[in-house]
Amino acid sequence: MSTDPNSFNHSTTSDHATLADKFNLDEPRVDWHDKTLWFIRNKRDKAAWQLPEWEQLRESASQIKNNVLSNLHSYLLQFEKNAQQNGITVHWAATAEEHNKIVHSIIQKTGISQVVKSKSMLTEECHLNEYLLTRGIEVIDTDLGERIVQLAGEPPSHIVLPCIHWKKEEIGELFSKHLGTPEGISDPQFLTAAARIHLRQRFMSSRLAITGVNFAVAETGEIVVCTNEGNADLGVQLADVHIACMGIEKIIPQRKHLAIFLRLLARSATGQPITTYSSHFQRPRKGQEMHIVLVDNGRSERLGSNDFRNALKCIRCGACMNTCPVYRRSGGHSYHYAIAGPIGAILAPGLDMKKHADLPFASTLCGSCSHVCPVKIDIHDQLYKWRQVLAKNNYIGRTKKAGIKGMAFILSHPKLYTLAGAGARWLMKHIPFVVNNKLNPWYKQREMPDVPQQSFNGWYQQNRKSK
Amino acid sequence: MSSKERILEAVKKNQPTGLPLPALAVSDHSASDLVQQFIRALGNIGGTAIEVEDWKDITLHLTERFSTDKRWVNLVPELGNMSAAANFEQHPHLLENVTLSILKGHFGVAENGAVWITDDCMGDRALPFICEHLALVIHSNTIFPTLHNAYEHIGTSGYNFGTFIAGPSKTADIEQSLVLGAHGPKSMTVFLLHLRS
Repeated sequence: MSTDPNSFNHSTTSDHATLADKFNLDEPRVDWHDKTLWFIRNKRDKAAWQLPEWEQLRESASQIKNNVLSNLHSYLLQFEKNAQQNGITVHWAATAEEHNKIVHSIIQKTGISQVVKSKSMLTEECHLNEYLLTRGIEVIDTDLGERIVQLAGEPPSHIVLPCIHWKKEEIGELFSKHLGTPEGISDPQFLTAAARIHLRQRFMSSRLAITGVNFAVAETGEIVVCTNEGNADLGVQLADVHIACMGIEKIIPQRKHLAIFLRLLARSATGQPITTYSSHFQRPRKGQEMHIVLVDNGRSERLGSNDFRNALKCIRCGACMNTCPVYRRSGGHSYHYAIAGPIGAILAPGLDMKKHADLPFASTLCGSCSHVCPVKIDIHDQLYKWRQVLAKNNYIGRTKKAGIKGMAFILSHPKLYTLAGAGARWLMKHIPFVVNNKLNPWYKQREMPDVPQQSFNGWYQQNRKSK
Repeated sequence: MSSKERILEAVKKNQPTGLPLPALAVSDHSASDLVQQFIRALGNIGGTAIEVEDWKDITLHLTERFSTDKRWVNLVPELGNMSAAANFEQHPHLLENVTLSILKGHFGVAENGAVWITDDCMGDRALPFICEHLALVIHSNTIFPTLHNAYEHIGTSGYNFGTFIAGPSKTADIEQSLVLGAHGPKSMTVFLLHLRS
């Protein structure tokens, strides 16, 4: 069964619509998925409404990020200088491949074969785990949700809630297979306790910890990592080497700006007032080596695009996914990219237009994503603009293209339009199976509307005359 | 050309014309009762805040709640000899059997129940994360309304490692059911000390 999360295929080449179709085979599951995410969206609303200055915070965050993007060159240099003065080694990676190589070479020097890693969307983007695994190094994801999908051989389906598509009974089964818990257990408390014991052993035995970065402060050369579980802190504080991986857009100018972003981040993500831990790493612990890898991987190029630059403001809260009617009903894996949902759909085509040409179409353009975004990214406008770019570059399907061209032709010829309308009404009334069939994508999961007796134009003419 | 040079060159070429930083309007939350707000906020996220009038009250609370025959690490000198001295020169792994650590925090934040603590108060940086239960002590007159006030207070002060801790370690990764004690402490108690001057 395709909705069995265990059957996820890494090498999938199916597009969003096909993968969403598969997800939709199990209707109760889709309803459950939809409701769970909407519940989180509601929690976000409640948290946001408690702050009268919420909109002001979003505006400030947006303006700070605009300032960062327009001064990134000097902020990057400032950050590097300060981090180095703090005793941190700073690396620069132009591509995902180079990032992986750098991380690998640091691990190689320590001669170890198992490392712990807390959540980092960048390392997902770069496929670091796979890269290291083929070189004999096992990466243990320590965020509970990430560990669950890792044990199942899947990528995360949500950036904040990596196993939001898994049911507790399935997790019980998975743990019974991999962690040796008794069969048939689905109590979250019990399963979390089992994972705690399992991962505590890994924390205790790993001498190297990899983390992501939520914010990097240019003014002080420190990085901030936010978690609820404390897995980043436990990993780093017990290790001899700490590697923090970040995209170059994660910089913020001053420490005081953290107030704005930390107030927005957790409230937008899960409705919490703040994550349990907001840890500021300024200098390595005594005897510890600390590395920061600054990664470009297409970001500097995107910086030059007026239409798509703003996507670099993202702080990875996931609010746009929780609110998206398409994401909630198609599941994170249907996006076949490390970052799912609306923000993923505008980030992915920038990296590989051909591979991700389907994603900007996985949207109703309702705009809900833009309304909840804490840094005011114009997500739905960018989805629309990507469609134009994709069409121009011939990355949309022939059927879609022909359909739109045909429609444009008819709409720009009034006489033809009137004729076509009359024809369609006649067809739908007398031989409905011509449109009510599988060849018509509009008929899928929909009834065609009742046929009106006459066109609006006809009605207008008639009623004008009778006056 | 190195990657650094290539990245910086591309950034310089592509970054738009400089946009100014916004003036940060710090909203005035001169909330009347910061202590009560803090207690509510911490309670909502699974922690416990207890108001005390004396250092002795803290000792009393702790000995009532936590078994004294397990390993405690106390770094609050005012509480006296509540635990054997820990050797922080040793590997942090040796702190794994600590049941309770008692540390001083710098201040609390009323809007979210967080306490700011830096490495000079931790003994070992691993301690607040590896122990099973965490108790922090702050003065009740050092609670700020929001994170804005908190960072104003922190300023550009130096620390090697600092963290806001807000409640016990937790996760809701399994079907959104909240479980306290994911990897770190299973409970967090914050003592709010009202010292009469």
